[in-house]
Amino acid sequence: MKQIMGYSDKISVCPSETIRFMVSCEKASNYKARLVRIIHGDTNPEGPGYKERAVKSDLEGTYKGRKQAICPGSCIVIPNHRAFEQLGSFSVQAMVWPTTPEKGRQSILSRWNAKSGAGFILGLDDQGGLVLTLGDGTGASEDVRTGKVMLAREWYFVAASYNAANGEVCLYQDPLVAYAKVDTSAELRRTAKVRPRHANGAPFVVAAHYAQTSNGRARTDGHYNGKIDRPSLADRVLSRLEMEQLRGGDPPHSLSSAIVGLWDFSKQITTEQIIDVSPNRHHGETLNLPARAMTGWNWTGEEMCWRHKPEQYGAIHFHDDDLYDAGWEADFAFTAPAGLQSGLYAAHVATEDDEDFIPFVIRPERGKATSKLVFVVPTASYMAYANEHMATDAALAELLTGSVVALQPVDVFLHEHREYGYSCYDTHSDGSGVCYSSRLRPILTMRPKYQSWLGGKGSSLWQMNADTHIIDWLEAMKFDYDCITDEDLHAEGYEAIAPYRVFMTSTHHEYWSKQMWDALDAFKKAGGRLIYTGGNAWYWRIAYHPTKPGVIEVRRAEGGIRAWAAEPGEYYHSFTGEHGGLWRRQGLAPQKMAGVGFSAQGFDLSSYYRRTKESFDSRVNFIFEGVDKDELIGNFGLIGGGAAGLELDRADRLLGTPPNALVLASSENHTPIYMVVLEEILINAPGLCGGENDLVRADIVFYETPSGGAVFATGSIAWAGSLSHHNYDNDVSRITSNVLRRFLDERPF
Amino acid sequence: MYQIRPEDKAYVEEFKKTPIGHHSPNLQRILNLFRGEPMAGKYVLICTRPHREWTLAVLPGARGERIRMTEEVFQSIEQAEWYVFKQRWAKYAGENLGD
Repeated sequence: MKQIMGYSDKISVCPSETIRFMVSCEKASNYKARLVRIIHGDTNPEGPGYKERAVKSDLEGTYKGRKQAICPGSCIVIPNHRAFEQLGSFSVQAMVWPTTPEKGRQSILSRWNAKSGAGFILGLDDQGGLVLTLGDGTGASEDVRTGKVMLAREWYFVAASYNAANGEVCLYQDPLVAYAKVDTSAELRRTAKVRPRHANGAPFVVAAHYAQTSNGRARTDGHYNGKIDRPSLADRVLSRLEMEQLRGGDPPHSLSSAIVGLWDFSKQITTEQIIDVSPNRHHGETLNLPARAMTGWNWTGEEMCWRHKPEQYGAIHFHDDDLYDAGWEADFAFTAPAGLQSGLYAAHVATEDDEDFIPFVIRPERGKATSKLVFVVPTASYMAYANEHMATDAALAELLTGSVVALQPVDVFLHEHREYGYSCYDTHSDGSGVCYSSRLRPILTMRPKYQSWLGGKGSSLWQMNADTHIIDWLEAMKFDYDCITDEDLHAEGYEAIAPYRVFMTSTHHEYWSKQMWDALDAFKKAGGRLIYTGGNAWYWRIAYHPTKPGVIEVRRAEGGIRAWAAEPGEYYHSFTGEHGGLWRRQGLAPQKMAGVGFSAQGFDLSSYYRRTKESFDSRVNFIFEGVDKDELIGNFGLIGGGAAGLELDRADRLLGTPPNALVLASSENHTPIYMVVLEEILINAPGLCGGENDLVRADIVFYETPSGGAVFATGSIAWAGSLSHHNYDNDVSRITSNVLRRFLDERPF
Repeated sequence: MYQIRPEDKAYVEEFKKTPIGHHSPNLQRILNLFRGEPMAGKYVLICTRPHREWTLAVLPGARGERIRMTEEVFQSIEQAEWYVFKQRWAKYAGENLGD
């Protein structure tokens, strides 16, 4: 059981800026906090071992421990209003596409106070049929049910009306698609004994019901899985014809006075605002980021982009495990003092029996680089993998690793405590893909010392902890460097990296927004030098939310290695309206950025590179100084035992590798569980594995740019795991330092 | 679904010698069957001492349910691989392999 964990409100700070830390303790009444600089998070005894540097700071101290709750599940909250409180008769309706009708009671549209049991809920009952629940607030409640179980992933019109004069309830459950011999439609009238009490103080809630208010936030319960489109509330009993008239378009004048709220989710899709298009303007907000820009009940398939036909994208997909901001109270804050060296830091928090590291980056003062080298910490990629559950949720994990999956205690905790939310590699509890990932929650996989099942044999590192191999090498080789994050690059663009001569990326810089891409492209065009000692970068296009901090969006559109697939018509980001998916599918293969791009993957053993004839070109003599002509490069390392491993990139002129690029070395002898990436496969045929397919390789590439810059790429996630071998004295380290020294030299190429 | 054949016994030694890494196509076919098992009841390891000790556990196949730890503890991944291979060989080939 994890005893202490936390997160921060920011992921990077400049001197004089303040970062706040939110911490939760399971049992401990107090805990200690201190600031550390993260150097080498790899605890493998075969390598240099764990290294951190304690930094005196004013955050150091003992703090009171307390447990802070984390409440997943998305919904819409429409603030309470006297129009809701004064209801007598009413009608509610929506189009719904339930994804887990069998899971138990779920609230679709509600004005319900869970504490008093007053109000109404239109929802699904424990069998999966429509139910209207009425509560009088004195302990009496009554269910009126259709008794017909809905089919998952089918659109239904659902509605209920209540006549206060005689207690008559009408219930409608009408599937859009009919099947022979399977009848899930229902229309019934019953007289209810219980009179719902509308004066209950509760908001109108979509996809859940109101439970309580805690720390100023509405807490909800009874979360529904699936889509909801065009819900409405009227203050009288509507006929079936009138209900039909509310399903789309402008309602007739005859209904104007009856409508209390008519919520059109196709409005303001890029925001969390929910618009009531009736004159009453009972606008609301989503909680915990349900998926927007989802195809609605009336989507025809003729248009694939929500911006072109928003009226067909009036659905929101809610999940009972959505999570945006844990909303914890801050425990302490830290203002970065002037003069603190830029780098990767963490607030280390510890009880007597457990610890957590809350990582963040300290940047140099704005506009004042302290080095010619910037190491960009790929925080968007860290977020995409945040708290991923593939090892416990996906049966293919063991096939990918070629060995029994090795879990860390943190993985077991995350498996058993789903409330900490998912990565963009996971599916929700209803099987739909997770397209948003937030850092405003503890991310227990983004930690020093964490080992990942995906990280190959040996140290088994992935993402942040793997990147500490590069940080440790920079420190050991005495290269000075500044750090910034993806978020800084996204927000500030080229300006964030303009002062530097060399841009160095991490082991696996996979997720890029358009703004990030453009910034690096501008840097290269201005003569900047790029060192890419990783694999599978510039792969997925992402969007950052335009106003909400700390959250990215990924749409797993057609193509690419995907842990899930976006539904047809749902390839465009809701945050921005941009087409999601692979950069390669948008005409920008990674080869255009770094000369190499994703070609194959496998997660057991890594291999080595063999030099090519082109490596003896005089243009690259500087790279191979101290390397023998027959030497196999990187035939050692902490990640799978070699420098070429996990995810591999290759050069390809037709995908964008510049014509002047030199392929200096290529890897070989990969195991049979290495396989060619899916975007290379048009017709599947035998012969796609390591040892039998030429695309299963990593290429080391160098090329000069027209403005005196240059690019060096190794195309392998495992490269960094070989840097420290033999006390940093080895060919991988030598090649990397030869390149870095020359790239830092201002002489143009 | 592939079914273990009597001639597959010839590849047991190959696995024992090299549980992780390069395998012959025939051994790989056996491993694809073993390692592709569904999640409910699937073996995993839980690292109980970093880089030194792993405990065999069994996945529940349902989210949030407890992962069951077993009594089997290993000092290397290779030891664990051989143990799990033997369990699966018994299940799919109906034969108990020795140590």
